[in-house]
Amino acid sequence: MSQTVARSVRAQSEARSVPAPSPRRRRVSVGRVVTFALATVWLVIVIAPVYYMVLASFRGQGTYLTSNPWLPRGGLTVSEYGTVFGAGLGRYLVNSVILTTVCIVLTLSICLGAAYRIVRRSTRASAVSFSILLLGLAIPIQAIIVPLYLLVYKAHLYDTLFALMLAMSAAAIPVSVLVMVNFLRDIPRELIGAMLVDGGSEWTVFRRLIVPLSKPVLATLAIYNGLNVWNNFILPLVLTQSNSVAVLPLGLTKLEGQYAINVPAVMAAVLLSVLPLVVLFVVMRKQVMRSLGSVVLR
Amino acid sequence: MALFGVFIVVPMLGAVALSLFRWNGLGTPHWAGAQNWIQFARDPLARQALTVTAKVVVLSWVLQTPISMALGLFTAGRQRYRSVYAALYVLPLLLSTAGIALMWEALLDPNFGGLTALSRSLNLGFLQQNWLGNPSLTLYVIIALIAWQFIPFHTLLYQTGRRQIPDVLYEAARLDGASPAQMFWRVTLPQLRYTIVTSSTLIIVGSLTYFDIVYIMTNGGPGYTTRVLSLDMYQVAFQQNEYGYASVLAVVLGVVGVGIALGLVRFSGFASMSSQQEGAA
Repeated sequence: MSQTVARSVRAQSEARSVPAPSPRRRRVSVGRVVTFALATVWLVIVIAPVYYMVLASFRGQGTYLTSNPWLPRGGLTVSEYGTVFGAGLGRYLVNSVILTTVCIVLTLSICLGAAYRIVRRSTRASAVSFSILLLGLAIPIQAIIVPLYLLVYKAHLYDTLFALMLAMSAAAIPVSVLVMVNFLRDIPRELIGAMLVDGGSEWTVFRRLIVPLSKPVLATLAIYNGLNVWNNFILPLVLTQSNSVAVLPLGLTKLEGQYAINVPAVMAAVLLSVLPLVVLFVVMRKQVMRSLGSVVLR
Repeated sequence: MALFGVFIVVPMLGAVALSLFRWNGLGTPHWAGAQNWIQFARDPLARQALTVTAKVVVLSWVLQTPISMALGLFTAGRQRYRSVYAALYVLPLLLSTAGIALMWEALLDPNFGGLTALSRSLNLGFLQQNWLGNPSLTLYVIIALIAWQFIPFHTLLYQTGRRQIPDVLYEAARLDGASPAQMFWRVTLPQLRYTIVTSSTLIIVGSLTYFDIVYIMTNGGPGYTTRVLSLDMYQVAFQQNEYGYASVLAVVLGVVGVGIALGLVRFSGFASMSSQQEGAA
């Protein structure tokens, strides 16, 4: 599926760039050089810290302190990667994968269904729930974290992955439903009408028409929400406690507490935590970049 | 829907209700009326947190908006190297805040950190600072790190926004003999209105509630110089167990956040603009 999405995205961007020959291209002006220089400065600002981290992760604890940390010389090793796996990083990784997968599935199925109802039935109830959702869009999670904690605690869900699944999915719902509603409104009513006339039920329309048409939007939302869940810090911090249910961002800070002076180990852990996202990004770069930009700009 | 109701709407109301009680999490909550709110009005720590937060919000906007816009316009260009740059610019977006915080802690360590090493080998003395322990410096370091984390995202927004401007407008301007500067002020900037509002709203509300990097890197210190409002709230709630008073801070956070968001959106005529964007994403 990701391939077809990527292909359609590419087709779109090519179509857009066809009627635009750039007549300015050949001139090398001072402006161009300055632009290039400034852009490169920013590139260094972005890349240098990451380069430092990668290099540091391949040091031993001793060589990190003695060698020049910016140069790839003087004994590189992968031993600290082993250290962090021994310290429970694998557990955190598994937790993060489970949490993110469940949240994506839960959010997407809820928001697709809800958006379809909101678009298809213009009842008062659905209009009211839509405006409450829009309000939820503006409420920062920090503003509700205290009652949320008490709620989870009273429901005996404190310190479980399940609580995180529910809370994070709920937090992702407003923006997802909004994007979905905007998309579904653009589907011509005649198309739905025609299917109903042909004897299809609402459920058939939903399954045969809405779901396939929505695939690109669903992919966008999956990426956007997935990234947010994967990297969220405050909810795991407040709603969980034990190592056994810690997800990666929280786990990283736990590792840092354990290995405060072993910088290479901490760096290795950070890199391992970002590895799945880097792989995802390399495989579907265009889709990822488009998703992030389009969710909020829509 | 029920999920959203239970986990977002109920806590929203719960925060307002709790702010009227005194409660340490155990036993029964005591009715406190306006007591928590009076405490808030007199609390020097809360005032400090508000000042720090206001600084973070204003400086974040001032720092992030021009850089993001410039980079967004740059990456929207068609040269091949620009798309390579654009892909690399996204890197910080993949890192979690926790990862970013730990990475920069290693870089900024005054004894063994990357910047100190750099200052030694390049003889750049100013790079050797107690970045996270100097009361007059640390807040700005934090603001810079927040910018480092979020500029990539806003760059993507401006890139998307710029690409949605029809080329016809630029061709017309060129035929009329407009200079590049004129094109920027008369075509690009007005056409980016919607993007600017969206990005600004996200920057402002985001930095208003910013928590992660501050919590991990400084925990409000040195002193209280980086104790932002959401951190203040976190500590009052989960370290001092004063859930009632913490809810006052939460309500303030929520009301100011929603207020700013709605204000910006109203003020800029978001509703009338939205139809123009239809089908664009």
